[in-house]
Amino acid sequence: MWEQIRANRRRSVIMVTVIAAILLALGYVIGLYFDPDSGAWFGVAAGVVVLVVLWTVAAVGGADILLDSANAREIRHDDAAQLFNIVEEMTIASGLPKTPRVFIIDTDAPNAFSVGTPEKSAVAVTSGLLMHLNRDELEGVIGHEIGHIRNQDTRFMTLAGIMMGAIILISYVFSRVAFYSGPGQRRSSSRGAGNAQAILFLVAILLAILAPIVAQLFYFACSRRREYMADASSATFTRYPEGLASALEKIERSAGLMTGVNRAVAPMYVVNPLEASGPSGLFSTHPPTADRVRILRSMAGAGLAAYEKAYSSVQGAALLGSATLSQAAEVQARPPSAEAEKEPLQKARETVDLLHQANGLLFVPCACGLKIKAPPSFAGATIRCPRCGAENAVPPPALLLKVQ
Amino acid sequence: MTGLLIALIVIVVMVVVIAGSLVAMYNGLVTLRNEVKNAWAQIDVQLKRRHDLIPNLVETARGYMQHERGTLEAVTQARNVAQAARSSAGGAASPEAAKAEQALTTALGQFLVTVERYPDLKANQNFLALQEELASTENKIGFARQFYNDQVMQYNTRIQSVPANVLAGMFHFEPMDLFELKAEEERAVPLVKF
Repeated sequence: MWEQIRANRRRSVIMVTVIAAILLALGYVIGLYFDPDSGAWFGVAAGVVVLVVLWTVAAVGGADILLDSANAREIRHDDAAQLFNIVEEMTIASGLPKTPRVFIIDTDAPNAFSVGTPEKSAVAVTSGLLMHLNRDELEGVIGHEIGHIRNQDTRFMTLAGIMMGAIILISYVFSRVAFYSGPGQRRSSSRGAGNAQAILFLVAILLAILAPIVAQLFYFACSRRREYMADASSATFTRYPEGLASALEKIERSAGLMTGVNRAVAPMYVVNPLEASGPSGLFSTHPPTADRVRILRSMAGAGLAAYEKAYSSVQGAALLGSATLSQAAEVQARPPSAEAEKEPLQKARETVDLLHQANGLLFVPCACGLKIKAPPSFAGATIRCPRCGAENAVPPPALLLKVQ
Repeated sequence: MTGLLIALIVIVVMVVVIAGSLVAMYNGLVTLRNEVKNAWAQIDVQLKRRHDLIPNLVETARGYMQHERGTLEAVTQARNVAQAARSSAGGAASPEAAKAEQALTTALGQFLVTVERYPDLKANQNFLALQEELASTENKIGFARQFYNDQVMQYNTRIQSVPANVLAGMFHFEPMDLFELKAEEERAVPLVKF
């Protein structure tokens, strides 16, 4: 397992280095374009400054910025005990050094994403996810997210995403400036080497156009591979690939329903909410959900080796290195947990209860089976059940345990 | 003269590289062994949590289950035995502790089957919450065991394979035991999952 993480980290470092190199090359060419004598190194220096600023921002506040932009709010154990417990269970199964913080996003569309480093991370799920998935499915999704954190995807994807944004912006501004103003000192400084200058001009324009495309292709290819690897991790943690498979199907069905999704955060969700379902192209951040489900369903066990076998039979290529697989033991899948599929109505009620809970309402179970909701000011008072008329004492909030 | 110099440099470089890789290999073994120990600690934490949860669960159930004194006593008894076995083992893996935990799991399973007959108790929010905590703790024990076994497997493979086995033999890296339950006992666990 650790071999796989190390290989993954090596790929991540290469990815970040390549994208950084593209940014610096862009700085070099733009500098050269404006001032052939000394501009090139000035451009590179400017690129380095931009990189340092971006990396600092990503390291200090990247996770919080992303969570904020997704309108996620942090919850405590008692707000959604089951979700919290599942996150803790997956933390243990993955050997993550610290339990991630848990966030809720209020939207009906089921989805989830994660940010941060293994030491300081966060998992955000939508309230729709809690409404639509049963325990096994939720476990599969959380396993996928924790897999991303454990494989250090979240750390590098945040960094790469921010750098890509900068490359796109710089190329855009440069191509506009070059188009409207024409080359600056280029003509006046050297008349003799006209040919070389013209070639330089072309190269600069070409690079400005190509840089964002190359960077994006690279980024997206890495991103798709990571999704498969996180799926493999989830199957290994939960020992139950079917949970994630059926969760992915449910999420895919209503992925388009999600509104107000930030473009920078979209690639980080378990299923990309901005990409219409269909064949996955070069510019997709996620592999087609149908493929992911088919691989998970055709696994003969629950280990990495089983995932690799299923992956190569569906995709016709290898995903994990042989070094990882030689370490991977044969792993049996477990049977589904005994929890039956809940009635949709019951699930809807539970989720509405969760939202009431977040608003501070208290819940008092009456002996007749009705759950009475009371405003927080009723703590310690006695209320009459509206159905059977029995008197019920409202305990202080500390004693009230929240919706299961 | 230059030929001798080159040969000398090559030898020095080789010695440095070999020494460096030996140190790295040794450190890798130590890291792995510590990871295994840490993984065991995780199991122990969850076993303790289960022991702490059970008195609360029994207390909550007592008011509703007047006629099931025997079942409740059995759970309390099994829990006390398991706790004693755990504290006498002092945080290390021991077969007695594993056996006591197994008995506790069985007693809990019977208790939860009995609970099915008491709809009032099942509607109690306090009880439901405790039940979720207990179910989750059972899962955590399972996952911690799974992680521990994965780590042990990796550690054992490493210290038995060439070239690390030479170093492992020199510095007494002993193979460790897996934490395993018998097949039929394993099947008893899903009873406590809800």
